[in-house]
Amino acid sequence: MAQHQVNYASSGGLPVVLTSADHLINWGRSNSLWPLTYGLACCAIEMMASGASRYDFDRMGVIFRASPRQADVMILAGTLTKKHAEFTRRLYDQMAEPKWVISMGSCANTGGMFNTYSIVQGVDRIVPVDIYLPGCAPRPETLQYAVMMLQKKIRRQSANMKKNQKQRFI
Amino acid sequence: MRRYSPKKNVQAKAKYTDRFWVAPRVPRGSVEEGSYFAEVLETLKESGIEVLESFVELGQLVIKINPEQNVETLKTLKEKSCVKMCSELSAVDYLAQDGEFEVFYQLLNLDKAQRLRVVTRIKEDQAIESVESIYKMANFAEREMYDMFGIYVNNHSYLKRILMPDDWVGHPLLKTYPLQGDEHASWYEVDKIFGKEYRDIIGPEIRDTATIDRYDTQRFARVGHEVPFGADPELVDKTKTSIEDGYSKTFLTDYTTGSKELENRR
Repeated sequence: MAQHQVNYASSGGLPVVLTSADHLINWGRSNSLWPLTYGLACCAIEMMASGASRYDFDRMGVIFRASPRQADVMILAGTLTKKHAEFTRRLYDQMAEPKWVISMGSCANTGGMFNTYSIVQGVDRIVPVDIYLPGCAPRPETLQYAVMMLQKKIRRQSANMKKNQKQRFI
Repeated sequence: MRRYSPKKNVQAKAKYTDRFWVAPRVPRGSVEEGSYFAEVLETLKESGIEVLESFVELGQLVIKINPEQNVETLKTLKEKSCVKMCSELSAVDYLAQDGEFEVFYQLLNLDKAQRLRVVTRIKEDQAIESVESIYKMANFAEREMYDMFGIYVNNHSYLKRILMPDDWVGHPLLKTYPLQGDEHASWYEVDKIFGKEYRDIIGPEIRDTATIDRYDTQRFARVGHEVPFGADPELVDKTKTSIEDGYSKTFLTDYTTGSKELENRR
């Protein structure tokens, strides 16, 4: 006798998941977000810690990739200098659609304490940012929460990326 | 320590009156007879180098020379006085004060654990000879000096900017260079990546990190009044979204309408 009664008749006797295509695609996308390893400054240490065994990012399906071609998320962790901005944008352009950006830490968000001539005052000047993560530096739990928020955002979006309003002009 | 000032009625006055703390002048001593520093000066004199001024400051010998003799001086110091290491080389901007740069070479004698500084003054548009042939570290240090101050170094093997990008305009360590960057610096990444025509779209840098603009629908989302990205600013006041949708209620409070949570906090 089965412990849980399964009504096979509801799905024609087959173990089939019936849902809209949006849900299915977004389920796939949101549960295996592969970020680009993009450490720029001290936030990168926290990003590495979240990827390591203690905080274990893998359990959320987050696996850091070293190539922009294989990545879905760009986690901009740290201070972005104006000299480097060009290469950040190039890496962003090399990522395949759909792609998202998490701006990690005060420096990436607004330039932070580096109110100087050589630092980009917020990475949203060069790439469209989905999640702004405050902190200096944010703890690994915070980064994981940011990824969870991004997952939430993806699940609410349309699977057809063209429908989603993004900062297309940048 | 700061000088004592009467504290009566202190709250009505500005807390600090000194805009910048002026460091007391470091005492300068003369070179002792028979010391290593005296030997060094004697050697320089024998080699025909004109020492304009020399004194001991914080246990270090400071030698002022003519800029034309910098290579000769360092060569003599290295070969005859055993000063094997140059630990730093750069310049100081005294343009506003004297119309001159002060180029300094910080040297170290590793055997005797003695430090020396060779100092020379050059005019704004004057170039200086490279000392790369004597100390290899001068290669990078002189590039940095060129990058930061715009001082040209003659006979350098590869005089190119080292810290700033090659197409950067201006030399950031000059006292006349604004801390937050000039016109070129503030648009550098936009011009480089998107082109000048995108300046209007992206807009100027926000230097005040506390800026909040509820009607800027591209950079800010007002809690409880979220509108699509880049929507008409007028929509912000007209739209009302439920806070519960996506946020924890204890975490966020709508400050315009008020709530029990807000009352509790007050």
